[in-house]
Amino acid sequence: MQQTIKIAPSQQVHPLEHRPGVQKRRWRKNRLELIALPAGIVLLISLWALIAKVGDYPTFILPDPLSVFNKLVEITFDGTLWHHTQTTLVEIVGGLALGLSTATILGYLLAKSPLLERLTGPYIVASQSVPAVAIAPLLVIWFGSGQISKILICALVVFFPILVNTIVGIRSVDKGLKTLMRSLQANRWQTFIMLEVPAAMPVLLGGLKIGVTLSVIGAVVGEFVGADRGLGYLISLSKGLFNTPMMFAALIALAAISLSLYLIVTGLERWLLAWRQ
Amino acid sequence: MVSPILQVKSLTKAYETTYGELLVVDNINFSVMPGEFVCIVGPSGSGKTTLLQMLGGLLTPTEGAVLLAGQPLVAPPQEISMVFQKPNLMPWRTVLDNVTLPLQIQGVPRQEANEKGQRILQLVGLSEFAQAHPRELSGGMEQRVAVARALVQQPRILLLDEPFGALDALTRERLNREILHLWRTQKLTAIMVTHNIHEAVLLADRVLVLSPRPAVIAADFQIDLPRPRPQGIEYRESFGALAYQIRQAIRE
Ligand SMILES: Nc1ncnc2c1ncn2[C@@H]1O[C@H](COP(=O)(O)OP(=O)(O)OP(=O)(O)O)[C@@H](O)[C@H]1O
Ligand SMILES: [Mg+2]
Repeated sequence: MQQTIKIAPSQQVHPLEHRPGVQKRRWRKNRLELIALPAGIVLLISLWALIAKVGDYPTFILPDPLSVFNKLVEITFDGTLWHHTQTTLVEIVGGLALGLSTATILGYLLAKSPLLERLTGPYIVASQSVPAVAIAPLLVIWFGSGQISKILICALVVFFPILVNTIVGIRSVDKGLKTLMRSLQANRWQTFIMLEVPAAMPVLLGGLKIGVTLSVIGAVVGEFVGADRGLGYLISLSKGLFNTPMMFAALIALAAISLSLYLIVTGLERWLLAWRQ
Repeated sequence: MVSPILQVKSLTKAYETTYGELLVVDNINFSVMPGEFVCIVGPSGSGKTTLLQMLGGLLTPTEGAVLLAGQPLVAPPQEISMVFQKPNLMPWRTVLDNVTLPLQIQGVPRQEANEKGQRILQLVGLSEFAQAHPRELSGGMEQRVAVARALVQQPRILLLDEPFGALDALTRERLNREILHLWRTQKLTAIMVTHNIHEAVLLADRVLVLSPRPAVIAADFQIDLPRPRPQGIEYRESFGALAYQIRQAIRE
C-alpha cells in the first residue's frame, strides 16, 4: 500500500503550452492584432481624406492627407523632423528614466518603512495638489529653455503615479511568501530579487504604462512654455506660421513616439509577465 | 540510547497586542526522537501554528527554548523544512523553479539544483509538470509541489501545518499516504499539526493534544499500531478506540 502514488496515463494532463490547440489559438490572436492596426490606420486616413474633400476647407484649417504626406516627406529629407523628434525623444526618455528611478527607489523605501511614509507622506500628497505641468514655467525660468527643464518636467509628471504603484506593489507582496523566504533563510537581497521584484512587477509595469504617456505630455507642455527645438516647439511654430500641414506632421511624429513607447512597454509586459497568460 | 533530535523546554509565547499581552503557549515541554512521527491536535486558536513556528525557528519564544540536537534554535535551520497550510508557490516560477528555490537561495549551482529538483518531483509524481506554472495545477498538485520544495534540501525534520486541510477527503487521504511513504523512505522526523483525529491516528507514532489557549499539553498518546499501516486499519476497533480517547481529551 505504501508506494508512491502514480498518476494513471488516462489522468495525465499535459502542461498548457504543449497542447497544440492553445498555440494555434495564440497565433491566430497575434495575426488578428497584426492586421487590425494597419487596417485601422488606413480607415482613419480614408475618412480624413473624405472629410477634407467633401468640406473643401482651406489648407490651414484642414489639410488633406496628401499635402501632409508631402510636408512629412519634405521635412524628413531636409532633416528638420528628425532634429525635433530626437530632441523630444531625449526629453521623454530622459525624464522617464529620472522619474522612474527616483520614484521606484523612494517608493520602495516608503513601502518598507511606515515611519518614513508618515514623515514624508503629507508633503508628497500636498505637492500633488499642484499639477506638475503648472510648474513648467517656473522650471523653464530656473533651468533655461534647453532640454534640462523639459527632462525635469517629464520626471515630475511621471513621478507620482509610479511612486504610488511601487508602494502598492511592494506592500501587496504575499505574506505567506514572505514567511517562506524567511524560513528558507533568504537574505535581504535574495528576498528583494526573488520575491519583491517579481511580485510587484505587474503593478510596476502598470505604472510605467501610465508614466510613458504622461512623459510625452510633459515634454510637449514644456516645449510650449519655452523652447527652441522639439516637436512641441515645431507645433507652436507651425501655429504662428499658419502652416497646418507641418503641425500635422509634428503631431504624427508625436503619435509615433507615443505608440512606439507604448508598444515597448506592452512587449516588456508580455515578456516579463509571460507566466500570467 | 538515542538522544532526542528536538527538545522543547518551558516554551512560552505571549503576543503583544493592542489589547494587551496575549499568552498563547504556556510553558510546554516535550521531546521528539529521530524518526518519530508526531501529530499535534487541539482546538482552533489554541496556539498550534504558533508552536510549530517556534519549532521551525520562525518565531522567537518569549521564554524557554527549542533545542535542535542539543543546540538552541535562533533562526530557521537548514535541517528543518516547513510545509504551510497554503502551498505558497511563486506564480511566476515554473514548478521546477519553485521546487529548487531553497537550493537557489543556498547558492547551489543551477544544474545541480535542477537535477535534485527533478528527482524530488519524480518522488511526488509530478515530473511531467516541471515546466508548468502553478496556475495550471490543481490544489492537491500545488500542495505536492510544496512538499517537494520542503524535501529538496534534504531536511531531517519536516514540520507540517495542516498541509492538506483545504483539500477534499480523497485527495487528502492520498497525500497522507504519500507523506507517510516519504517519511519512511527519506528517514524523516515529522511533526504535523492537524484538525483531523483520524488523520493523526493513521499517521503518527505519537499524538499530542493541546489544551485551549493558552496551550499546554493536555495529553500525550502513544499510537501502537502496526507499521506500515495496513489497508483498512481505520475500520479496526483498536483504531476507533484510540480516536475516541483522543477526541475525549480535546476540550473546546
Ligand atoms: N501575530 C500575532 N499577533 C497577535 N496574536 C496572534 C498572532 N498570531 C496568532 N495570534 C493569536 O494567538 C492565538 C493562537 O493562534 P494560532 O494561529 O497559533 O492558533 P492555531 O491553533 O494554529 O489555530 P487554527 O487551528 O485555527 O489554525 C490566536 O488567539 C490568535 O489570535
Ligand atoms: Mg493554525
